[in-house]
Amino acid sequence: MFSAILFMLGLGATCGVMLSVASKVFYVYEDPRVAEVEGLTAGANCGGCGYAGCSAAAVAVVAGDAPPSVCVIAGPETTSGIAAVMGVDPGIAESLLSYNTCTGGHRAPVKFHYMGINSCQALATLYGGQRECPVGCLGLGDCVRACNFDAIEIGPDGYPVVDEIKCVGCRACEKVCPKYIMEIKTMSQKLLHLNQFVDRIAPCQQTCPAEINIPKYITQIKMGDYDGAVNTIRERNPLLLACGRVCPHPCEDKCRRGVEEEPVSINQLKRFAADHEMESGRRLPISCAPSTDKKIAVIGGGPAGLSCAFFLRRLGHGVTIFDAMPKLGGMIRYGIPEYRLPKEVLAWEIQGILDLGVEQKLNVMLGRDFDIGSLIASGFDAGFLGIGAWKDYNLGVEGENLAGCYTGINFLSHFAVWQQEKSGDPRPFVGKKCVVIGGGNTAIDCVRTLVRLGADEVTIVYRRTRKEMPANMVEIEAAEHEGIQFTFLAAPTRVLGDDDGNVVGLEYLKMELGEPDASGRRRPVPIEGSETIIEIDMLITAIGQGPDVFFKDESKRLDEDLNITRWNTIDCEDPVALQSSIPYIFTGGDAATGADLVVSAIGAGRRAARSIHYYLKGEEITPPEKTLFTDNIPGTIFESVQGLKQSARTKMPELPVDERIKSFVEADLVISEDEAKFESNRCLNCCLTCYDMDPD
Amino acid sequence: MGYFEIIISTIFVNNILLAQFLGNCPFLGTSKKMETAVGMSMAVIFVLVLAGIITWILYAFILASAGLVYLRTIAFILVIASLVQFVEMFLKKSIPALYAGLGIFLPLITTNCAVMGACVLNIDQELTFMQALVASFGYAVGFGIALILFAGVRERIMLARVPQPLRDTSIGLVTAGIISLTFFAFKGMV
Repeated sequence: MFSAILFMLGLGATCGVMLSVASKVFYVYEDPRVAEVEGLTAGANCGGCGYAGCSAAAVAVVAGDAPPSVCVIAGPETTSGIAAVMGVDPGIAESLLSYNTCTGGHRAPVKFHYMGINSCQALATLYGGQRECPVGCLGLGDCVRACNFDAIEIGPDGYPVVDEIKCVGCRACEKVCPKYIMEIKTMSQKLLHLNQFVDRIAPCQQTCPAEINIPKYITQIKMGDYDGAVNTIRERNPLLLACGRVCPHPCEDKCRRGVEEEPVSINQLKRFAADHEMESGRRLPISCAPSTDKKIAVIGGGPAGLSCAFFLRRLGHGVTIFDAMPKLGGMIRYGIPEYRLPKEVLAWEIQGILDLGVEQKLNVMLGRDFDIGSLIASGFDAGFLGIGAWKDYNLGVEGENLAGCYTGINFLSHFAVWQQEKSGDPRPFVGKKCVVIGGGNTAIDCVRTLVRLGADEVTIVYRRTRKEMPANMVEIEAAEHEGIQFTFLAAPTRVLGDDDGNVVGLEYLKMELGEPDASGRRRPVPIEGSETIIEIDMLITAIGQGPDVFFKDESKRLDEDLNITRWNTIDCEDPVALQSSIPYIFTGGDAATGADLVVSAIGAGRRAARSIHYYLKGEEITPPEKTLFTDNIPGTIFESVQGLKQSARTKMPELPVDERIKSFVEADLVISEDEAKFESNRCLNCCLTCYDMDPD
Repeated sequence: MGYFEIIISTIFVNNILLAQFLGNCPFLGTSKKMETAVGMSMAVIFVLVLAGIITWILYAFILASAGLVYLRTIAFILVIASLVQFVEMFLKKSIPALYAGLGIFLPLITTNCAVMGACVLNIDQELTFMQALVASFGYAVGFGIALILFAGVRERIMLARVPQPLRDTSIGLVTAGIISLTFFAFKGMV
């Protein structure tokens, strides 16, 4: 008995001594911060962060492998607590959210009878995941079962729906999805995403210069979720009221329904959703990432600048817009006439952007009141040059500087300033017999403005034919309805004046169409001896415009490093990265491309905001290799589309002609809710290659 | 008994999991994923060989000679537990790579009855030191083979349509029973 007790004591003592010695000898220093950090985490060992338990996560945080925001359960207090322990900036503690990238549709019936276990992974493993479509959701709900927080359920269409309030972004659903449908991103990551060749996106979204998720917002309109539609559009386009009115909708040209019949009226749906928000009398909240301490100067408050400012602000940066005009809006305020885009509407939209905390400095001009050097000296970290294309091209013929001769943008902006400022100055001169030279939207805006100002006879002189006119077809038609005369195949050769230097006539040569040129349009060839003179008292030249880069000559600092192309646009090597030859100056919109669409400028504003964001974070600006830009994914543009029934596109409501030409009241009207419902049901909800056929 | 017979006997005929039914807890607990099963197997081989040697020495030179054979169980528990703790500390300091690999499985073995059982069996069968060493290794390899086999089967079962009441552990136990039956075919070989 005694020996047994002695033995056990001895054995215990030996083991104890050995372990004590071992503890001393084999002691591994562990950072005390690990224990501290572990104490701050939720302690649930849920593994949602991707580490094996809270202690492993704490080790990773201390080793610098994980950010302070590692814990997916705990809130911002924990993040700032951990950041305090680690002595670092909490960083952008934006929450990750899961979302479903497949909107599905009713397109594909179950292709075969699957009797296996109710699991997407099993289905994908056993049958290559071919239940419905090769890229889309299988809908068996592995993500629902994987979610520890009860945040996902299978919606009424059989596709997962994420409850954003419950989701903590733990990535559990992303890991189990065999088709890579579930994506976990922060809002910033979503705003920064550029269309990729590997994305599952419909032709319309591929084509939209602003990359709006068109099928998604149309589906939301179909479901009656107008607020959701507005939010979807705002992820890519902050100027939806303006775009919904003036966009020439290149997306509709690629609409799959348009292959067989009339395309979906995408832009009217956008306008419907946008107007619905404005008329509801409240502004939908727009979320912004936590503030950073970076300041960016946006030079030019046009669509590109507003878009860039909007996205930079949403990414958490401080933004100040500098504009030379008395109000923000740029070309969409001073170039687009009131009857196409009421300025009250535009002001409402711009106010929404300013309400995010964007500052504005008006009536200051780059090169006159400040330069890039002075901006950097006053503490801005980067700049965006969105100065637009405000300089009209000259005709280059004799007499074009006579009294009564104007240029397009100059005329429109002077009139717009007079109209909007109501300063009491006399109205700008308007003739009785007016001629506008040019075939673009500026020319059409000029003639439709002149008609409303009481000109008796307004003629467009264009050197090619109606078919070659670059203006939007709806605009040309509207101008025809309003009584504008068109003189096609006419090249001005001389402007005639009287003795007082007033314009009295325009001489032009008749043309005929020859061989197609580089742009594919048939080149006009003059007919010898066909000179014709028309009698006029006002001439507007609207044959195109380019950026006005006079500031480069005015400035003595830095600005001379800015490279300008021979078209006077700001040189940027990569049309997606939009970085100028001064690394912290970015550009976009008309200033970078020459006169182009509003929606292109909006897209460029977001791309520039993305580049600036990465530049300020010291990350790679160059877009990913598979970025989709002015291109379509191969195989997604169809020659023919089966299974469609003819259904006429919703007509745009317009004011009657005799009513609208008397005033500047908005001529195009918004479609009704029923029409929106009908039109949204015409959408085929396309993906890469699939689409919903019309129901029988 | 020759070494070859010992190896065949410990790995197949008297497989510690499927014939002796020891260590059922890790058998069901760590067999859901192949990765885990492999990690656990490696940790068991490592610890069981060490434990087999130490407990044999402890028994032969102290317990048997002092006439304290009845303290075997309690002494072995203490020694194995201390040993695992010691090994864990040693690995953490000296071979961090191996520590990271075996990681969480080492503490699990502290209370693994397969290890304890193998050590006791060595003594009961009155094996010599070398035989005990080989037998411990054999038991550990047998443990590993059974666990990995079982994990492979369970990974397939995950993808199969199992009636709701039989899901997970239930079907696991049924499968374990059937695999065990197949191992009974080795009976009588040695």
